Amino acid sequence: MEPTLTAPHATADLISRNNTPMIRLIDIEKVYQTDTIETVALNRVNLTINRGEFVSVMGPSGCGKSTLLSLMGLLDEPSGGTIEIDGRAVTSYSDKELARVRNQKIGFIFQSFHLINDLSVLDNVELPLLYRAGTSGKERRQLALAALEKVGLSARTKHFPSQLSGGQRQRVAIARALAGTPEIILADEPTGNLDSVMGEEIMDLLLGLHRHEGTTIVMVTHDENMAHKTERLIRFFDGSQVS
Amino acid sequence: MLLSYLKLAWKVLLRRKFFTFISLFGISFTLMVLLVVVAFFDHAFGAHYPETRIDRMVFAQFLHVKFKDGGNMNTPPSYHLLDKYVRPLRTPERVAIASNFHATPSYVGNRKLDLDLRYTDANFWQILDFHFLEGKAIQEADVKAAARVAVINQATARQYFGTDHGVVGRTIAVNQLGYRVTGVVEDVPAMRLASYADVWVPITTSPDDLQKTDLNGDYLGIILAKSAEDVPAVQAEFEQAMKRVPLTDPKTMDHLDLHADKLFTAFARQLTSPLTEYKSDGMEYLVPILGGLALLFMLLPALNLVNINVSRIMERSSEIGVRKAFGATGGKLVGQFLVENIFLTLLGGVVGLVLAYIALQVISGAQLLAYAHFELNGRIFAWALLVTVFFGVLSGVYPAFKMSRLHPAQALKGSGK
Repeated sequence: MEPTLTAPHATADLISRNNTPMIRLIDIEKVYQTDTIETVALNRVNLTINRGEFVSVMGPSGCGKSTLLSLMGLLDEPSGGTIEIDGRAVTSYSDKELARVRNQKIGFIFQSFHLINDLSVLDNVELPLLYRAGTSGKERRQLALAALEKVGLSARTKHFPSQLSGGQRQRVAIARALAGTPEIILADEPTGNLDSVMGEEIMDLLLGLHRHEGTTIVMVTHDENMAHKTERLIRFFDGSQVS
Repeated sequence: MLLSYLKLAWKVLLRRKFFTFISLFGISFTLMVLLVVVAFFDHAFGAHYPETRIDRMVFAQFLHVKFKDGGNMNTPPSYHLLDKYVRPLRTPERVAIASNFHATPSYVGNRKLDLDLRYTDANFWQILDFHFLEGKAIQEADVKAAARVAVINQATARQYFGTDHGVVGRTIAVNQLGYRVTGVVEDVPAMRLASYADVWVPITTSPDDLQKTDLNGDYLGIILAKSAEDVPAVQAEFEQAMKRVPLTDPKTMDHLDLHADKLFTAFARQLTSPLTEYKSDGMEYLVPILGGLALLFMLLPALNLVNINVSRIMERSSEIGVRKAFGATGGKLVGQFLVENIFLTLLGGVVGLVLAYIALQVISGAQLLAYAHFELNGRIFAWALLVTVFFGVLSGVYPAFKMSRLHPAQALKGSGK
């Protein structure tokens, strides 16, 4: 089953949006502290991701890639510096405001899928919409079905994650990330747990999403081949950007 | 959203069957025991047939005499004491005097029946709300004339005459004396100690010498106040009257205690007498002891719930992380776990209710106590459930609140897939 993506936006439109910053990290620091050790995960990182860009982040394990993605996705607080999402500094936002930005602007894809095993595929995909005020049950269902259609899993709506292959689970996770039509998708090693064929499938899905819908995508990966398919490659080493 | 939470709650319960079972068992077993105990309590002390006006009734049934040498005597009071000092009280609407019941032999052909016999005055029938299947109560004239008439219960009518219809006017032999049946009443549960009997006959037919001036005897006074609010006034007059009772042997006796107590207070006074030495009704000991025991009993499943909830929520840290990543606020997550806990405790409550109902049916059916019929008390069930839900909520909110404050990144790292 070949996943397909529709193309609602014109390419010209995408180009015109390319120079607007979508995510800006200004002097970002992240220090993990225990009683005895202080570990610098990110050291004064300055980075701008433009609207509609597909950027991959590479680097050895422990270099701060995932921390970077967590900070961009507002899943963690920086120790210093400012994060701007769509032109607004969000560093001082309350828990409620951060939740709203995550809900409306950002979709996440994790290496280990992080699906809720007790929920069906459809219920998993509906999850972001559950926290969106004013979305009725019927709308939620329609949007979730549309997202599942995009990843080619319409026939699996009633299945549970445990009944799916790794590739299918990651597609459910992508559908979940898409369901709320976010402007940004943050993918943390989305192909890391998949074999090469399934990895390619997932990568094609993300490329299609970027190409046809203009979604801004930041992907952390270990795979050079995958990284080279994206528009820009950022390399990290020891908590700093090296290229 | 609520439906989604409930669906998830159900799935979580099914996924961890053993813990769910332990958790539900804790809640439902506690509720069941609590409901059964309360049903017993209510059966013995609540407003039930024929003591339906229990809120207006007080009982004088235990006499305590303290001797100068330190000895004690606990007996029921004598007819004389009650007749001379209690019957003339002015504040009550009515005062009845009856004997305690005793098993008395009676024979149907060659078959021996042990019938519980009680001697009563006419007021007994006015204060208590007996349901007559046929005939009428013992009248004042019957008592005055020491007439050999009897009111019997339905079970005795069936056992003795083989029927509970048309037995009025027939003669029943109790203790080798013939009594003409004047009425048949519904069976009275044996736990209603002040009113229960199989056969009731006029007090004047008692072989006891009613004029004997001893303080101790085998009788009890049942006093009906004009209203529930009037009970303290009745009790105050009663206490005054008791002060006038002369000791029959002032050389050896120090003082006597006889009180007009509510049914439960009378029980409390007896039960706590080793602590109070009859100086008070003992409610100040009994209420905290019983309350403490009930609380302790409820605390056990609550602690069990806390333990289970903590581990249940901790192992779902990944789910919490995902939900936060996709826009759940801390409040929404606390709400979700709250719904799950309430669902679990309510489920346990319903199971407890069903178990209690079955247990009470079995106990009633086994006839461990004569003519007992135990009923579920809805009010106590509601309270018990409320307390359990409260503990359940409390036990769920704390770990949920703690988890909801985690940064999503930490929560996501917290567990596997």
